[in-house]
Amino acid sequence: MESMLRIRNLKCFYGRIMAVKGISLSVKQGEIIALIGANGAGKSTLMEAVSGILRSWTGEIVFEGKSIKGLDPPAVVRSGISLVPEGRLIFPPLNVYDNLRLGAYTRLRQRAKEEVGQSMEMVTALFPILAERFTQPAGTLSGGEQQMLAIGRSLMAKPRLLLLDEPSMGLAPLIVEKIMEVLETLRRKGLTIVLVEQNARAALEAADRGYVFETGTVVLEGKADELLSDRNVKRAYLGKDYEEFDDEQR
Amino acid sequence: MQEFLQYFFSGMTNGAIYGVIALGFSMLYRSTDLINFSHGEFVMIGALTMVTLTMGFRIPVLPAIIMTTICVAFLGLLFERLAIRTVRRPEPIVLIIITVGASIFLRGTAMLIWGKDAYAMPSFTPHPPIDIAGARLLMQSIWIITISVLIAGSLHFFYKKTLAGKAMHACAINKQAAWLVGIPFKVMILLAFGISTGMGGVAGTIIAPITMPAYDMGTMLGLKGFCAAMLGGLGSLWGSVLGGFLLGILEALGVGFISSGLKDAMAFLLLLLVLYFRPGGIISAVSVKRF
Repeated sequence: MESMLRIRNLKCFYGRIMAVKGISLSVKQGEIIALIGANGAGKSTLMEAVSGILRSWTGEIVFEGKSIKGLDPPAVVRSGISLVPEGRLIFPPLNVYDNLRLGAYTRLRQRAKEEVGQSMEMVTALFPILAERFTQPAGTLSGGEQQMLAIGRSLMAKPRLLLLDEPSMGLAPLIVEKIMEVLETLRRKGLTIVLVEQNARAALEAADRGYVFETGTVVLEGKADELLSDRNVKRAYLGKDYEEFDDEQR
Repeated sequence: MQEFLQYFFSGMTNGAIYGVIALGFSMLYRSTDLINFSHGEFVMIGALTMVTLTMGFRIPVLPAIIMTTICVAFLGLLFERLAIRTVRRPEPIVLIIITVGASIFLRGTAMLIWGKDAYAMPSFTPHPPIDIAGARLLMQSIWIITISVLIAGSLHFFYKKTLAGKAMHACAINKQAAWLVGIPFKVMILLAFGISTGMGGVAGTIIAPITMPAYDMGTMLGLKGFCAAMLGGLGSLWGSVLGGFLLGILEALGVGFISSGLKDAMAFLLLLLVLYFRPGGIISAVSVKRF
Protein backbone atom coordinates (compact mmCIF):
# COMPACT_ATOMS: atom_id res chain seq x y z
CA MET A 1 0.00 0.00 0.00
CA GLU A 2 1.21 3.49 -0.83
CA SER A 3 2.31 5.31 2.32
CA MET A 4 0.32 8.33 3.47
CA LEU A 5 3.24 10.27 4.87
CA ARG A 6 6.71 9.67 3.57
CA ILE A 7 9.78 11.38 4.96
CA ARG A 8 13.06 10.88 3.22
CA ASN A 9 16.47 12.04 4.42
CA LEU A 10 15.04 14.89 6.49
CA LYS A 11 17.52 17.31 7.98
CA CYS A 12 16.25 20.13 10.19
CA PHE A 13 18.19 23.18 11.23
CA TYR A 14 17.92 25.69 14.03
CA GLY A 15 20.24 28.32 12.68
CA ARG A 16 23.45 26.37 12.17
CA ILE A 17 22.61 23.53 14.49
CA MET A 18 21.32 20.39 12.84
CA ALA A 19 18.69 18.93 15.16
CA VAL A 20 17.51 16.17 12.83
CA LYS A 21 20.28 14.51 10.86
CA GLY A 22 18.78 12.64 7.97
CA ILE A 23 15.69 10.75 9.04
CA SER A 24 13.54 8.59 6.80
CA LEU A 25 10.22 7.14 7.81
CA SER A 26 6.88 6.24 6.37
CA VAL A 27 3.37 6.08 7.75
CA LYS A 28 0.61 4.06 6.13
CA GLN A 29 -3.06 4.94 6.10
CA GLY A 30 -4.71 3.84 9.35
CA GLU A 31 -1.54 3.20 11.33
CA ILE A 32 -0.57 4.42 14.77
CA ILE A 33 3.13 5.19 14.81
CA ALA A 34 5.11 5.98 17.95
CA LEU A 35 8.27 8.04 17.85
CA ILE A 36 10.19 7.51 21.05
CA GLY A 37 13.52 8.61 22.39
CA ALA A 38 15.11 10.84 24.97
CA ASN A 39 14.78 14.60 25.28
CA GLY A 40 16.48 16.43 22.43
CA ALA A 41 16.52 13.42 20.11
CA GLY A 42 14.75 15.40 17.38
CA LYS A 43 11.23 14.00 17.70
CA SER A 44 9.55 17.33 18.33
CA THR A 45 11.67 18.99 15.68
CA LEU A 46 10.35 16.50 13.17
CA MET A 47 6.80 17.41 14.25
CA GLU A 48 7.56 21.08 13.79
CA ALA A 49 8.84 20.44 10.28
CA VAL A 50 5.78 18.42 9.27
CA SER A 51 3.34 20.94 10.73
CA GLY A 52 4.99 23.83 8.90
CA ILE A 53 6.28 25.82 11.86
CA LEU A 54 9.89 25.00 11.15
CA ARG A 55 10.76 26.02 7.61
CA SER A 56 14.50 25.40 7.50
CA TRP A 57 14.75 21.78 6.50
CA THR A 58 16.04 19.80 3.56
CA GLY A 59 14.97 16.42 2.27
CA GLU A 60 11.50 15.29 1.43
CA ILE A 61 8.20 15.32 3.29
CA VAL A 62 5.40 14.01 1.12
CA PHE A 63 1.81 13.80 2.34
CA GLU A 64 -0.70 11.96 0.15
CA GLY A 65 1.60 12.29 -2.83
CA LYS A 66 2.21 16.03 -2.43
CA SER A 67 5.28 17.69 -1.02
CA ILE A 68 4.59 20.02 1.89
CA LYS A 69 7.73 22.05 1.27
CA GLY A 70 7.04 25.74 1.67
CA LEU A 71 3.58 25.37 3.22
CA ASP A 72 2.84 27.42 6.33
CA PRO A 73 0.86 25.87 9.22
CA PRO A 74 -2.58 27.04 8.00
CA ALA A 75 -1.87 25.48 4.59
CA VAL A 76 -0.71 22.26 6.23
CA VAL A 77 -3.92 22.18 8.28
CA ARG A 78 -5.96 22.68 5.11
CA SER A 79 -4.12 19.83 3.42
CA GLY A 80 -5.26 17.45 6.19
CA ILE A 81 -2.57 17.33 8.89
CA SER A 82 -3.22 18.59 12.42
CA LEU A 83 -0.75 18.81 15.27
CA VAL A 84 -1.64 18.59 18.94
CA PRO A 85 1.30 20.63 20.20
CA GLU A 86 3.55 19.88 23.13
CA GLY A 87 2.23 21.53 26.26
CA ARG A 88 -1.27 21.54 24.72
CA LEU A 89 -1.26 25.29 23.95
CA ILE A 90 -4.97 25.79 24.39
CA PHE A 91 -6.32 29.33 24.70
CA PRO A 92 -6.91 29.60 28.48
CA PRO A 93 -9.09 32.76 28.65
CA LEU A 94 -11.44 31.61 25.89
CA ASN A 95 -14.17 29.16 26.79
CA VAL A 96 -14.10 25.52 25.78
CA TYR A 97 -16.59 25.95 22.97
CA ASP A 98 -14.61 28.79 21.38
CA ASN A 99 -11.39 26.82 21.69
CA LEU A 100 -12.99 23.98 19.75
CA ARG A 101 -14.55 26.28 17.19
CA LEU A 102 -11.23 27.98 16.50
CA GLY A 103 -9.87 24.53 15.72
CA ALA A 104 -12.15 24.59 12.71
CA TYR A 105 -11.05 28.09 11.71
CA THR A 106 -9.87 27.18 8.21
CA ARG A 107 -13.08 25.25 7.54
CA LEU A 108 -15.32 28.00 8.89
CA ARG A 109 -13.52 30.41 6.58
CA GLN A 110 -14.50 28.13 3.72
CA ARG A 111 -18.12 28.34 4.87
CA ALA A 112 -18.38 24.67 5.84
CA LYS A 113 -20.64 25.47 8.79
CA GLU A 114 -22.72 22.30 8.80
CA GLU A 115 -19.73 19.99 8.53
CA VAL A 116 -18.12 21.84 11.42
CA GLY A 117 -21.28 21.19 13.41
CA GLN A 118 -20.87 17.48 12.71
CA SER A 119 -17.25 17.58 13.84
CA MET A 120 -18.36 19.31 17.02
CA GLU A 121 -20.80 16.47 17.67
CA MET A 122 -18.10 13.91 16.96
CA VAL A 123 -15.67 15.58 19.37
CA THR A 124 -18.22 15.92 22.15
CA ALA A 125 -19.21 12.30 21.69
CA LEU A 126 -15.56 11.37 22.07
CA PHE A 127 -15.03 13.64 25.09
CA PRO A 128 -18.43 14.16 26.78
CA ILE A 129 -16.73 16.11 29.57
CA LEU A 130 -15.92 18.92 27.12
CA ALA A 131 -19.60 19.42 26.34
CA GLU A 132 -20.29 19.80 30.05
CA ARG A 133 -17.60 22.47 30.25
CA PHE A 134 -18.55 24.41 27.09
CA THR A 135 -18.98 27.81 28.74
CA GLN A 136 -16.05 27.47 31.14
CA PRO A 137 -12.75 29.23 30.39
CA ALA A 138 -10.35 26.58 29.09
CA GLY A 139 -7.75 27.60 31.68
CA THR A 140 -9.96 26.29 34.49
CA LEU A 141 -9.94 22.71 33.16
CA SER A 142 -7.81 20.00 34.73
CA GLY A 143 -4.66 18.87 32.95
CA GLY A 144 -6.32 15.81 31.48
CA GLU A 145 -9.32 17.80 30.29
CA GLN A 146 -7.00 20.35 28.72
CA GLN A 147 -5.27 17.58 26.81
CA MET A 148 -8.65 16.31 25.64
CA LEU A 149 -9.51 19.84 24.57
CA ALA A 150 -6.25 20.14 22.66
CA ILE A 151 -6.95 16.86 20.86
CA GLY A 152 -10.55 17.87 20.25
CA ARG A 153 -9.46 21.22 18.86
CA SER A 154 -7.14 19.51 16.40
CA LEU A 155 -9.89 17.10 15.37
CA MET A 156 -12.14 20.06 14.57
CA ALA A 157 -9.94 20.71 11.55
CA LYS A 158 -11.01 17.24 10.29
CA PRO A 159 -7.49 15.95 9.72
CA ARG A 160 -6.65 12.69 7.99
CA LEU A 161 -3.30 12.60 9.80
CA LEU A 162 -3.13 13.54 13.47
CA LEU A 163 0.24 14.35 15.04
CA LEU A 164 0.53 14.37 18.82
CA ASP A 165 3.53 15.78 20.61
CA GLU A 166 3.85 14.41 24.15
CA PRO A 167 0.14 13.97 24.88
CA SER A 168 0.89 12.22 28.17
CA MET A 169 3.09 14.96 29.58
CA GLY A 170 2.24 15.75 33.18
CA LEU A 171 -0.82 13.50 33.27
CA ALA A 172 -1.75 10.74 35.70
CA PRO A 173 -1.33 7.17 34.35
CA LEU A 174 -5.06 6.57 34.38
CA ILE A 175 -5.68 9.58 32.15
CA VAL A 176 -2.83 8.62 29.85
CA GLU A 177 -4.52 5.27 29.41
CA LYS A 178 -7.79 6.96 28.60
CA ILE A 179 -6.16 9.16 25.99
CA MET A 180 -4.48 6.17 24.38
CA GLU A 181 -7.88 4.48 24.24
CA VAL A 182 -9.27 7.50 22.46
CA LEU A 183 -6.47 7.29 19.91
CA GLU A 184 -7.40 3.67 19.30
CA THR A 185 -11.04 4.70 18.76
CA LEU A 186 -9.94 7.39 16.33
CA ARG A 187 -7.83 4.94 14.39
CA ARG A 188 -10.84 2.64 14.02
CA LYS A 189 -12.61 5.60 12.46
CA GLY A 190 -9.89 5.75 9.84
CA LEU A 191 -7.56 8.38 11.27
CA THR A 192 -3.83 7.93 10.91
CA ILE A 193 -1.83 8.90 13.99
CA VAL A 194 1.78 9.74 14.72
CA LEU A 195 2.63 10.02 18.36
CA VAL A 196 5.77 11.49 19.91
CA GLU A 197 6.30 10.27 23.45
CA GLN A 198 8.81 10.14 26.22
CA ASN A 199 6.45 7.75 27.93
CA ALA A 200 7.68 5.01 25.64
CA ARG A 201 5.75 2.16 27.17
CA ALA A 202 2.34 3.80 26.87
CA ALA A 203 3.12 4.89 23.32
CA LEU A 204 4.38 1.51 22.15
CA GLU A 205 1.46 -0.30 23.74
CA ALA A 206 -0.92 1.81 21.68
CA ALA A 207 1.12 1.84 18.48
CA ASP A 208 1.50 -0.56 15.56
CA ARG A 209 5.04 0.41 14.75
CA GLY A 210 7.66 2.56 16.37
CA TYR A 211 10.81 4.47 15.61
CA VAL A 212 13.49 5.02 18.23
CA PHE A 213 15.28 8.36 17.98
CA GLU A 214 18.69 9.19 19.32
CA THR A 215 20.47 12.53 18.81
CA GLY A 216 18.76 13.33 15.56
CA THR A 217 18.76 9.93 13.88
CA VAL A 218 16.59 6.85 13.90
CA VAL A 219 18.54 4.08 15.63
CA LEU A 220 15.86 1.41 15.64
CA GLU A 221 12.55 0.80 13.98
CA GLY A 222 10.08 -2.03 13.96
CA LYS A 223 6.78 -3.44 15.15
CA ALA A 224 5.71 -1.93 18.45
CA ASP A 225 5.55 -5.25 20.33
CA GLU A 226 9.02 -6.16 19.09
CA LEU A 227 10.35 -2.84 20.30
CA LEU A 228 8.64 -3.35 23.63
CA SER A 229 10.60 -6.53 24.15
CA ASP A 230 13.85 -5.31 22.64
CA ARG A 231 16.54 -5.37 25.29
CA ASN A 232 18.14 -2.09 24.29
CA VAL A 233 14.84 -0.26 24.19
CA LYS A 234 13.92 -1.77 27.52
CA ARG A 235 17.07 -0.60 29.13
CA ALA A 236 17.14 2.86 27.67
CA TYR A 237 13.50 3.92 27.46
CA LEU A 238 11.16 1.68 29.35
CA GLY A 239 12.61 2.59 32.73
CA LYS A 240 13.44 -0.89 33.91
CA ASP A 241 15.87 -1.10 36.77
CA TYR A 242 19.16 -2.63 35.88
CA GLU A 243 18.60 -5.24 38.51
CA GLU A 244 15.22 -6.24 37.17
CA PHE A 245 16.72 -6.17 33.71
CA ASP A 246 19.48 -8.51 34.78
CA ASP A 247 16.97 -10.83 36.40
CA GLU A 248 15.14 -11.18 33.17
CA GLN A 249 18.29 -12.03 31.33
CA ARG A 250 19.13 -14.90 33.59
CA MET B 1 -23.01 73.22 41.10
CA GLN B 2 -23.50 74.90 37.76
CA GLU B 3 -19.77 75.37 37.46
CA PHE B 4 -19.10 71.75 38.38
CA LEU B 5 -21.59 70.52 35.82
CA GLN B 6 -19.96 72.64 33.13
CA TYR B 7 -16.54 71.18 33.89
CA PHE B 8 -18.06 67.73 34.07
CA PHE B 9 -19.56 68.07 30.58
CA SER B 10 -16.33 69.22 29.03
CA GLY B 11 -14.52 66.44 30.89
CA MET B 12 -16.95 63.85 29.54
CA THR B 13 -16.36 65.12 26.02
CA ASN B 14 -12.58 65.00 26.25
CA GLY B 15 -12.82 61.76 28.16
CA ALA B 16 -14.78 60.08 25.39
CA ILE B 17 -12.08 61.03 22.91
CA TYR B 18 -9.28 59.86 25.19
CA GLY B 19 -11.25 56.68 25.61
CA VAL B 20 -11.45 56.00 21.87
CA ILE B 21 -7.75 56.74 21.43
CA ALA B 22 -6.95 54.51 24.41
CA LEU B 23 -9.06 51.77 22.82
CA GLY B 24 -6.83 51.99 19.75
CA PHE B 25 -3.74 51.54 21.91
CA SER B 26 -5.26 48.75 23.93
CA MET B 27 -6.63 46.65 21.13
CA LEU B 28 -3.39 46.81 19.21
CA TYR B 29 -1.44 45.95 22.34
CA ARG B 30 -3.75 43.05 23.03
CA SER B 31 -3.32 41.59 19.56
CA THR B 32 0.32 42.35 18.89
CA ASP B 33 2.05 43.20 22.20
CA LEU B 34 3.00 46.45 20.58
CA ILE B 35 2.46 50.05 21.63
CA ASN B 36 2.00 52.22 18.60
CA PHE B 37 3.37 55.61 19.57
CA SER B 38 2.30 57.03 16.24
CA HIS B 39 -1.34 56.38 17.10
CA GLY B 40 -1.94 60.05 17.89
CA GLU B 41 -0.76 61.01 14.41
CA PHE B 42 -3.45 58.81 12.89
CA VAL B 43 -5.97 60.78 14.95
CA MET B 44 -4.49 63.99 13.57
CA ILE B 45 -4.65 62.71 10.01
CA GLY B 46 -8.25 61.71 10.62
CA ALA B 47 -9.12 65.20 11.83
CA LEU B 48 -7.37 66.99 8.96
CA THR B 49 -8.79 64.63 6.33
CA MET B 50 -12.23 65.27 7.79
CA VAL B 51 -11.69 69.03 7.47
CA THR B 52 -10.53 68.69 3.87
CA LEU B 53 -13.43 66.45 2.90
CA THR B 54 -16.18 68.50 4.54
CA MET B 55 -14.80 72.01 4.00
CA GLY B 56 -12.83 71.51 0.80
CA PHE B 57 -14.93 68.98 -1.10
CA ARG B 58 -18.24 69.83 0.60
CA ILE B 59 -18.99 66.19 1.35
CA PRO B 60 -21.78 65.66 3.96
CA VAL B 61 -20.69 64.65 7.44
CA LEU B 62 -21.64 60.96 7.53
CA PRO B 63 -20.03 59.91 4.24
CA ALA B 64 -17.04 62.05 5.16
CA ILE B 65 -16.61 60.16 8.44
CA ILE B 66 -16.79 56.84 6.63
CA MET B 67 -14.35 57.93 3.92
CA THR B 68 -11.91 59.31 6.48
CA THR B 69 -12.04 56.13 8.54
CA ILE B 70 -11.34 54.01 5.47
CA CYS B 71 -8.44 56.27 4.42
CA VAL B 72 -6.83 56.26 7.86
CA ALA B 73 -7.32 52.50 8.30
CA PHE B 74 -5.73 51.97 4.90
CA LEU B 75 -2.80 54.12 6.00
CA GLY B 76 -2.52 51.93 9.09
CA LEU B 77 -2.43 48.79 6.93
CA LEU B 78 0.27 50.36 4.80
CA PHE B 79 2.21 51.25 7.93
CA GLU B 80 2.10 47.65 9.18
CA ARG B 81 3.00 46.20 5.81
CA LEU B 82 5.87 48.58 5.04
CA ALA B 83 7.37 49.50 8.40
CA ILE B 84 6.45 46.77 10.89
CA ARG B 85 6.34 43.47 9.03
CA THR B 86 9.55 44.13 7.16
CA VAL B 87 11.58 44.32 10.38
CA ARG B 88 14.07 41.53 10.43
CA ARG B 89 14.30 41.13 14.19
CA PRO B 90 10.88 42.11 15.50
CA GLU B 91 11.71 42.68 19.14
CA PRO B 92 9.27 44.89 21.02
CA ILE B 93 11.75 47.68 21.70
CA VAL B 94 12.77 47.89 18.03
CA LEU B 95 9.16 48.02 16.90
CA ILE B 96 8.28 50.67 19.45
CA ILE B 97 11.09 52.88 18.25
CA ILE B 98 9.87 52.38 14.69
CA THR B 99 6.45 53.66 15.73
CA VAL B 100 8.09 56.72 17.29
CA GLY B 101 9.91 57.31 14.02
CA ALA B 102 6.69 56.86 12.08
CA SER B 103 5.05 59.48 14.23
CA ILE B 104 7.73 62.03 13.31
CA PHE B 105 7.40 61.07 9.65
CA LEU B 106 3.61 61.37 9.66
CA ARG B 107 3.69 64.73 11.42
CA GLY B 108 6.19 66.07 8.89
CA THR B 109 4.18 64.78 5.96
CA ALA B 110 0.99 66.29 7.38
CA MET B 111 2.75 69.63 7.73
CA LEU B 112 3.73 69.51 4.06
CA ILE B 113 0.18 68.64 2.98
CA TRP B 114 -1.91 70.82 5.28
CA GLY B 115 0.58 73.50 6.29
CA LYS B 116 1.21 74.81 9.77
CA ASP B 117 -2.05 76.65 10.32
CA ALA B 118 -4.90 75.32 12.37
CA TYR B 119 -8.22 74.72 10.64
CA ALA B 120 -11.75 75.28 11.82
CA MET B 121 -14.80 73.22 11.11
CA PRO B 122 -18.45 73.61 12.17
CA SER B 123 -20.28 71.13 14.37
CA PHE B 124 -21.79 68.05 12.76
CA THR B 125 -25.28 69.46 13.35
CA PRO B 126 -26.07 73.19 13.75
CA HIS B 127 -28.13 72.67 16.88
CA PRO B 128 -27.67 75.29 19.64
CA PRO B 129 -26.12 74.12 22.94
CA ILE B 130 -28.50 72.47 25.38
CA ASP B 131 -29.07 74.08 28.76
CA ILE B 132 -28.92 71.68 31.71
CA ALA B 133 -29.16 73.26 35.17
CA GLY B 134 -27.41 76.36 33.94
CA ALA B 135 -24.52 74.50 32.31
CA ARG B 136 -24.27 74.31 28.53
CA LEU B 137 -23.79 71.04 26.73
CA LEU B 138 -22.59 71.33 23.14
CA MET B 139 -24.40 69.29 20.53
CA GLN B 140 -21.01 68.10 19.27
CA SER B 141 -20.27 66.72 22.74
CA ILE B 142 -23.32 64.51 22.47
CA TRP B 143 -22.12 63.32 19.09
CA ILE B 144 -18.68 62.59 20.45
CA ILE B 145 -19.92 60.63 23.44
CA THR B 146 -22.48 58.70 21.39
CA ILE B 147 -20.02 57.73 18.68
CA SER B 148 -17.36 56.77 21.24
CA VAL B 149 -19.71 54.48 23.08
CA LEU B 150 -20.82 53.01 19.76
CA ILE B 151 -17.22 52.26 18.81
CA ALA B 152 -16.50 50.64 22.16
CA GLY B 153 -19.67 48.59 21.84
CA SER B 154 -18.91 47.38 18.35
CA LEU B 155 -15.38 46.45 19.34
CA HIS B 156 -16.80 44.46 22.22
CA PHE B 157 -19.17 42.74 19.79
CA PHE B 158 -16.30 42.04 17.41
CA TYR B 159 -14.24 40.31 20.10
CA LYS B 160 -17.09 38.41 21.74
CA LYS B 161 -19.23 37.36 18.83
CA THR B 162 -17.30 37.14 15.56
CA LEU B 163 -14.95 34.41 14.44
CA ALA B 164 -12.36 36.95 13.30
CA GLY B 165 -12.48 38.64 16.69
CA LYS B 166 -11.97 35.37 18.51
CA ALA B 167 -9.19 34.38 16.14
CA MET B 168 -7.53 37.73 16.84
CA HIS B 169 -7.85 37.15 20.56
CA ALA B 170 -6.39 33.66 20.11
CA CYS B 171 -3.39 35.18 18.31
CA ALA B 172 -2.92 37.56 21.21
CA ILE B 173 -3.00 34.67 23.69
CA ASN B 174 -0.56 32.44 21.84
CA LYS B 175 0.60 33.22 18.35
CA GLN B 176 2.17 29.83 17.72
CA ALA B 177 -0.88 27.91 18.92
CA ALA B 178 -3.16 30.06 16.78
CA TRP B 179 -0.94 29.49 13.77
CA LEU B 180 -0.98 25.73 14.30
CA VAL B 181 -4.76 25.76 14.49
CA GLY B 182 -4.77 27.40 11.07
CA ILE B 183 -5.21 31.07 11.89
CA PRO B 184 -2.96 33.17 9.67
CA PHE B 185 -1.56 35.44 12.38
CA LYS B 186 0.06 37.84 9.95
CA VAL B 187 -3.34 38.64 8.50
CA MET B 188 -4.66 39.09 12.04
CA ILE B 189 -1.90 41.55 12.92
CA LEU B 190 -2.63 43.47 9.75
CA LEU B 191 -6.31 43.51 10.61
CA ALA B 192 -5.54 44.69 14.15
CA PHE B 193 -3.53 47.58 12.75
CA GLY B 194 -6.35 48.47 10.37
CA ILE B 195 -8.99 48.47 13.10
CA SER B 196 -6.82 50.30 15.60
CA THR B 197 -5.78 53.11 13.26
CA GLY B 198 -9.30 53.24 11.82
CA MET B 199 -10.59 53.94 15.31
CA GLY B 200 -7.95 56.64 15.63
CA GLY B 201 -9.32 58.09 12.42
CA VAL B 202 -12.86 58.16 13.78
CA ALA B 203 -11.59 59.86 16.94
CA GLY B 204 -10.02 62.48 14.68
CA THR B 205 -13.22 63.12 12.75
CA ILE B 206 -15.38 63.63 15.83
CA ILE B 207 -13.04 66.06 17.54
CA ALA B 208 -12.29 68.08 14.41
CA PRO B 209 -15.15 70.54 15.10
CA ILE B 210 -14.04 71.32 18.67
CA THR B 211 -10.25 71.39 18.57
CA MET B 212 -8.99 73.47 15.62
CA PRO B 213 -7.08 70.60 13.99
CA ALA B 214 -3.46 71.20 13.05
CA TYR B 215 -0.52 69.03 12.05
CA ASP B 216 0.93 68.95 15.57
CA MET B 217 -2.19 68.00 17.52
CA GLY B 218 -1.46 64.26 17.41
CA THR B 219 1.38 64.00 19.87
CA MET B 220 -0.50 65.30 22.89
CA LEU B 221 -3.65 63.38 22.01
CA GLY B 222 -1.62 60.21 21.58
CA LEU B 223 0.07 60.65 24.94
CA LYS B 224 -3.22 61.37 26.68
CA GLY B 225 -4.77 58.33 25.07
CA PHE B 226 -1.79 56.26 26.17
CA CYS B 227 -2.20 57.61 29.72
CA ALA B 228 -5.87 56.69 29.63
CA ALA B 229 -5.05 53.19 28.42
CA MET B 230 -2.47 52.73 31.17
CA LEU B 231 -4.86 54.18 33.71
CA GLY B 232 -7.60 51.74 32.84
CA GLY B 233 -5.30 48.80 32.22
CA LEU B 234 -3.51 48.35 28.92
CA GLY B 235 -5.13 45.58 26.94
CA SER B 236 -8.49 45.84 28.68
CA LEU B 237 -11.13 47.33 26.40
CA TRP B 238 -13.59 48.60 28.99
CA GLY B 239 -10.66 49.64 31.17
CA SER B 240 -9.52 51.93 28.37
CA VAL B 241 -12.92 53.55 28.06
CA LEU B 242 -13.09 53.98 31.82
CA GLY B 243 -9.54 55.37 31.91
CA GLY B 244 -10.44 57.83 29.17
CA PHE B 245 -13.47 59.21 30.97
CA LEU B 246 -11.64 59.31 34.29
CA LEU B 247 -8.74 61.20 32.78
CA GLY B 248 -11.00 63.61 30.91
CA ILE B 249 -13.15 64.42 33.91
CA LEU B 250 -10.29 64.77 36.41
CA GLU B 251 -8.44 66.95 33.93
CA ALA B 252 -11.44 69.22 33.49
CA LEU B 253 -12.02 69.48 37.23
CA GLY B 254 -8.34 70.15 37.82
CA VAL B 255 -8.39 72.96 35.30
CA GLY B 256 -11.61 74.40 36.69
CA PHE B 257 -10.98 74.25 40.40
CA ILE B 258 -7.20 74.40 40.72
CA SER B 259 -5.39 75.97 37.79
CA SER B 260 -5.59 75.90 34.02
CA GLY B 261 -1.85 75.35 33.94
CA LEU B 262 -2.50 71.91 35.32
CA LYS B 263 -4.36 70.61 32.26
CA ASP B 264 -1.61 68.51 30.72
CA ALA B 265 0.23 67.89 33.95
CA MET B 266 -2.89 66.25 35.35
CA ALA B 267 -2.70 63.33 32.93
CA PHE B 268 0.89 62.55 33.69
CA LEU B 269 0.44 63.02 37.41
CA LEU B 270 -2.35 60.48 37.29
CA LEU B 271 -0.24 58.14 35.21
CA LEU B 272 2.58 58.30 37.74
CA LEU B 273 0.19 57.60 40.59
CA VAL B 274 -1.33 54.64 38.80
CA LEU B 275 2.04 53.22 37.86
CA TYR B 276 3.10 53.59 41.47
CA PHE B 277 0.10 52.07 43.18
CA ARG B 278 -1.44 49.80 40.58
CA PRO B 279 1.02 49.13 37.78
CA GLY B 280 -1.44 46.96 35.87
CA GLY B 281 -4.05 49.73 35.67
CA ILE B 282 -7.44 49.91 37.31
CA ILE B 283 -8.71 46.87 35.42
CA SER B 284 -5.58 44.79 34.97
CA ALA B 285 -5.81 42.70 31.84
CA VAL B 286 -2.17 41.81 31.58
CA SER B 287 0.57 40.99 33.97
CA VAL B 288 3.16 43.72 34.11
CA LYS B 289 6.61 43.05 32.82
CA ARG B 290 9.47 45.46 32.63
CA PHE B 291 11.79 45.85 29.72
